[in-house]
Amino acid sequence: MSKKEILRIVDLHKSFGDNEVLKGISLSLKQGETKVVIGTSGTGKSTMLNNINMLIPPDKGHIYLEDVDVTTTHDISRIRQQIGFVFQDFGLFDHLTAKGNIMIGLTKVKKMKKSEAEELAMFELERVGLQDFADSYPAQLSGGQKQRVGIARALAMQPKLILFDEPTSALDPELIGEVLTVMRDLAREGMTMLIVTHEMGFAKSVSDEIIFMENGKIVEQGPPEQLFNNPREERTKEFLFKLNELYGEGGA
Amino acid sequence: MADFFQLFMDSFPALMDGLGVTIMLTVISIILGTVLGIFLSLGKVYGSKIVSGVITVFIELIRGTPLLAQLFILYFGLPPYGIRLPALAVALIGFTINSGCYQAEYLRGSIQSVSSGQIRAALSIGMTKWQGIRYIVLPQALRRVIPSWTNEFIYLLKYTSLAYIIGAPEMMTQAKFIASRNYEFFKVYLIVALIYLVIVLFFTQLFKWLENKVKIPGFEYIR
Repeated sequence: MSKKEILRIVDLHKSFGDNEVLKGISLSLKQGETKVVIGTSGTGKSTMLNNINMLIPPDKGHIYLEDVDVTTTHDISRIRQQIGFVFQDFGLFDHLTAKGNIMIGLTKVKKMKKSEAEELAMFELERVGLQDFADSYPAQLSGGQKQRVGIARALAMQPKLILFDEPTSALDPELIGEVLTVMRDLAREGMTMLIVTHEMGFAKSVSDEIIFMENGKIVEQGPPEQLFNNPREERTKEFLFKLNELYGEGGA
Repeated sequence: MADFFQLFMDSFPALMDGLGVTIMLTVISIILGTVLGIFLSLGKVYGSKIVSGVITVFIELIRGTPLLAQLFILYFGLPPYGIRLPALAVALIGFTINSGCYQAEYLRGSIQSVSSGQIRAALSIGMTKWQGIRYIVLPQALRRVIPSWTNEFIYLLKYTSLAYIIGAPEMMTQAKFIASRNYEFFKVYLIVALIYLVIVLFFTQLFKWLENKVKIPGFEYIR
């Protein structure tokens, strides 16, 4: 049985001034799939994610969320509700509690009743293990807790897919685990996810497919066993070799 | 001293009338000025290049010219064109516009201090730009602007005394009237100055309380 395609990106291009960051990216994501994008910094991974929900509009190419072309839609807010986004710097609203951060999208964007929104917010907080911190403000939370609120906020909108933009890169090493655990659970529950990360151990164990990007292009993509153990491309081998040198066998 | 006290008691009722006008002028101008300031600052930060440019020119024009000149233009300059406004209305309009422009600049600073990550996050959950401004940026920016706003209030409270030049019946006008009858200029103006001081201290405390009341947990400053 072939699963429904949630996201399809076709020939994406993006330049900032003279700097061509994306040089024709194409990929697709089926329902329930988790794909991890790896590659050195500055290769356009983050730009690609920001293209998908049009926070940074691409110059050329198409992005389809199911059947809707995101690049030409007239109601981008509607599309964004269906695409969760988890930021490296969390992007929590400083003046709202953890619960308030989740509720505001539900009440103001989805026009949900306050009581229903609160119920759903509490459910999502529980899902990320933060039910006891519902009334804490972002400045009172640790980095790992902040990011879990960020994930709960994305989840509450009941998106068709969630994009993760280096969700653990701003975290102290001892806090990375709690965030990865939440993400691992989501993958297991069948959430469709596209993740940019440098956590190779996580990528290996959770993803259905690894996408290796370099200089604005996808160099190689495939199942983790194949890509990590038998990379076809020379560039992939070099990248993995460098990683091993840095973090030892098996990645970080 | 008994003299001074007697003078204080004699002039108090008239001064209180004037004080009522002074506070009314200040409070209405600062509220309308805040509304104006919010629109000007949002236009300046989020508007198109043209909108932002027009607002910038307007703000610089108002901030760069004396308040007294603005009041004179409204009071003496407009009647030849058939617009004749009472002194109080001129004072209200003048103070509102002046305060609005100053507040716009304070607000612009606090709007821009709200991290861009929060705006991106607001957009990412499907908020429109306007919703992001309304529900995410402004609630934080308005909190942060309270200290500057307190300053603006104090400044405006005292600047309303300029209205006496066009004859609006605020406290300075009353003081001048009293002093011109009893020739106790020093004492009368001393009384007026003390009343201003008491009012300023009262409002300073009030705003300090407000600032404390709406502060975001986790953002307390370290003493």
